[in-house]
Amino acid sequence: MSPRLVPAGSDPVGRRDRPLTITVDGEPLAGVAGQSLAGVLLAAGRTSWRRSPSGAPRGVFCGIGVCFDCVVTVNGERDVRACRRRALDGDAVTTQSRAAGGDAGSSTSSGTGTGTGTDFGDAR
Amino acid sequence: MTRRHVVVVGAGPAGLAAADAALAAGAEVTLIDTAERPGGQYHRMLPDAFDAASPEALHHGYRAFETRSRRVLGHPRCSWWAESSVWALEQPDPGSVTPPLVHVLTGDPGGGPGARLRRVLAPDALVLAVGAHDRVLPFPGWQLPGVFTAGAAQALAKGERLVIGDRVVVAGTGPFLLPVTAALLAAGSQVVEVLEAARTGGVLRGWLRRPWELPAQAGKSGELLEYAATLRRHRVPYRPGRAVVEARGDERVEEIVSAEVRADWSVVPGSERTTAVDAVCVGHGFTPQLELPVAAGCALRPGPGGSPAEAFVDVDDDQATSRPEVYAAGEITGVAGAPAARAEGALAGWIAAGGDPEARALTALRRSRDQGRAFAARLAAAHPIGRAWPGWLRPDTVICRCEETDYAAVRRTARDPAGTEPRVAKLATRAGLGPCQARVCGPTVAELRAAAGGRPAGCRPGDPVPPGPHHRPVAEPIRLGELARPPEPPSPPGTPRQSSDPSVEESTS
Repeated sequence: MSPRLVPAGSDPVGRRDRPLTITVDGEPLAGVAGQSLAGVLLAAGRTSWRRSPSGAPRGVFCGIGVCFDCVVTVNGERDVRACRRRALDGDAVTTQSRAAGGDAGSSTSSGTGTGTGTDFGDAR
Repeated sequence: MTRRHVVVVGAGPAGLAAADAALAAGAEVTLIDTAERPGGQYHRMLPDAFDAASPEALHHGYRAFETRSRRVLGHPRCSWWAESSVWALEQPDPGSVTPPLVHVLTGDPGGGPGARLRRVLAPDALVLAVGAHDRVLPFPGWQLPGVFTAGAAQALAKGERLVIGDRVVVAGTGPFLLPVTAALLAAGSQVVEVLEAARTGGVLRGWLRRPWELPAQAGKSGELLEYAATLRRHRVPYRPGRAVVEARGDERVEEIVSAEVRADWSVVPGSERTTAVDAVCVGHGFTPQLELPVAAGCALRPGPGGSPAEAFVDVDDDQATSRPEVYAAGEITGVAGAPAARAEGALAGWIAAGGDPEARALTALRRSRDQGRAFAARLAAAHPIGRAWPGWLRPDTVICRCEETDYAAVRRTARDPAGTEPRVAKLATRAGLGPCQARVCGPTVAELRAAAGGRPAGCRPGDPVPPGPHHRPVAEPIRLGELARPPEPPSPPGTPRQSSDPSVEESTS
């Protein structure tokens, strides 16, 4: 089994869910307003959506914006932490990879390969 | 006389209390937090969009929190800056007695180019209440999807009503494992077992010694007992003296290997056992978020264990740091739970606002803070990180998740005389150079290097505690385009501000 959203009907907090749809690499995923992008992805059964430099899968680890394992591209904006960004109806999410030849990101001069590395500064 | 302007960074229990007290003392307050709503991780709120009828179902002390939160955010002298990150603190002048300039980015971090505004604040006093994040010791396979920090499991369950799996093992050390387990159970997960690496004797001695002292922390002890009862009711085995030493799976975690560990967390050979899971959540205590205190120049002090990996902000009896007009409260000064954080915040906010340091109410606040700290010290003593934990690492175990630096590489450079400088080691191994900038692996690398013989500077008694991995001049990622944009003009000091979302304020100006 996988991560899942507590069904609204049995949730003691008494949610009133409003549906939304995002696309992830072009594939539509259903979510509810208020979920983070990570929440939508997890609830849809996706536990990973990013590749590390060696090509290993990564998803959510810290859940509060510290680890950067969950970063995605949202509506063309790279390196957005999926756990910190609320999903908005119609968001176009594309996955990222730091593995060689991974995503569409251009290669950079920092030696961290394609993807997230350089935007965060280097060798401080 | 112009009003003092107090900037409070962080709106968790400590920051909210600081803002409340600073307002009560007559100051103008700007309260900054990265989240949309106040509460921090402790009172992590459901999103407004969920339109929840009973949000209090998930919280301890919801009513008091809600009352304070309304009072602060609705106060005419308070500006509430939600979804705002302090990305740098800038010292105005060497030797200056004014606090640093506060560089803030406000707005949706994924809202596209131009969505975030740059702002600079020049406060009369600064209260740092930025909190901590989970510390997780590495083990083979900890980078697999499905391995979550304990905080992630709680944040998702409390903040989004999402449970991380159906068959979950909760593991690590410390009382925080209990509320996390309770949150998972309440959301319908099966928690297969809770593994507490500390052995029974130590845990019981720590928690129950001198029980007559407990009433002072009745709230916290009551919470712990309540969680213990929840575990019993759901028949969740609580196994002291056991640790997760490996996670396995193809593309995601499918099983974990746990083992009995001795008091020093060395593995008892032959005690390994495999358990099928679809998620595991792990926490080995907390790492204070020290980049802003370090950037402000605040002196640090060693943590309770004295390990080079553990440091907290040094504060005096009034929560003042070593820097003039910079105060610290909450978990950056020591992990002591919400009641202590609230007391620290209230003290810090009052004093920062220029309130009378002899005010009678402060006596009770200081007492409450000291009791909270004593309770926390006792819990910390019951849950130390055993020094032999690296025994469960293998040469190819990932230490730095971002750069995938393995244990062998960390050890090799620690032994190499040319690589003993932390900075050289960082460049040689790349550990800490990735996107998270050592927030996850920093304390672990420091500890492993110390253990492998690369003695970190300044760990002799009395020496200043080095900032270690927390020296990050850019505290939050900022895009070059955002940096290039000139900051919004500052409001003149003393100008009454509206308590509103700054992005809304901006769109109407």
